[in-house]
Amino acid sequence: MSDVAIQHGAAAAYEPSLFGTYSKKVGMWLFLLSDSLTFGALLYAYSYGRISTPNWPTPFHSGSIINATVMTAFLLTSSLTMVLAVRASSFGDSKGVRGWLLATMICGTAFVVLHGREWGNLIAEGLTLPVFPTVPGHEAAKEFVDVSKTVPQFPSTFFGLTGMHMLHVTLGVIYLGVVAFRKKFIPVMFVLWVVAWLATPSYSPFHYGAHVILVAAIVCSVILWLKPKVYDSSDVEVAGLYWHFVDLVWMFIFPLVYLMSTRIL
Amino acid sequence: MDAVQLEIAQHVAEEQRHHGKAQFFWVWGVLLIITAIEVFLGYQNMEPKKMLTLLMGLSIIKAAMIIAYFMHMKFEAKTMKWITMTALVFCLAMMMVFFPDAFRILYLGVR
Repeated sequence: MSDVAIQHGAAAAYEPSLFGTYSKKVGMWLFLLSDSLTFGALLYAYSYGRISTPNWPTPFHSGSIINATVMTAFLLTSSLTMVLAVRASSFGDSKGVRGWLLATMICGTAFVVLHGREWGNLIAEGLTLPVFPTVPGHEAAKEFVDVSKTVPQFPSTFFGLTGMHMLHVTLGVIYLGVVAFRKKFIPVMFVLWVVAWLATPSYSPFHYGAHVILVAAIVCSVILWLKPKVYDSSDVEVAGLYWHFVDLVWMFIFPLVYLMSTRIL
Repeated sequence: MDAVQLEIAQHVAEEQRHHGKAQFFWVWGVLLIITAIEVFLGYQNMEPKKMLTLLMGLSIIKAAMIIAYFMHMKFEAKTMKWITMTALVFCLAMMMVFFPDAFRILYLGVR
């Protein structure tokens, strides 16, 4: 009886929220603030290295810059489709939400694929870290080998920063997939993991990167098993905040890492 | 979600219904144009410090547009705007304390 009394007209029984919004959104903002400090530290570390190293390499030819510009366009477009998904969810248009979320996921996946392919090319050409497997039967370019030897902080900061971002984009795509398709998305993740693992050579970034999908699939399975629910407009909005943050961070990585290291002929 | 949170979420969704689609397309277009300007600047022969200032200035404008429109911060309550954004700017600005050290290494000499 008392429960019913509290539920009925509950909003009037409490003070209004200090932030004028629901707690889930405040929670996501708090997470994003902490994550922005993580990326902030990485970006500052990269800038520190850039300033304090007189012979900082400029290895990015026009091919890399065009690739990174297309990646940027994909991320910006994904933010547009995401905001349209949030708008559709406010109207209760579940078909529209699913469609726009799928469009966002496609743009995000295109970003990851282009980025992973670029990583593979750079590693094959000699811009690498000791942790990466060597690419058999591929002649390393002298300029990249020199960069890895003379300025080792360049590949370390480059792969560290862009790898951290790529991880966030991959997890973002999975997050949106779970919000859009719930448990139907779990088998898709397992299939993607198997395909990425079996269809790529062992030295490909997609081969070892695919394990992120496996871990995420297990975690998502546990979450959906413990708390199965239909995601509403607030969940779509909160997922959107995360996605836009990932886009926002790239707006700093792109000029700092790529444009500041452009090879001008 | 409990009744109070649900009521607030419904109120937020109600507010979002009034945001026209057009503004999001405008923001997207402006972001793409700024990106094109950045790529153009990347190919100009200028000293790194000047280029860094220009590129970071444009990136801050892009970030502000994403936060304001795509993340709806422009439409949030004043307390939300001020507390989150002040904390973010303050913490990131505090990290700048390391930069003089980077310049010190560059111009390192014996006294």
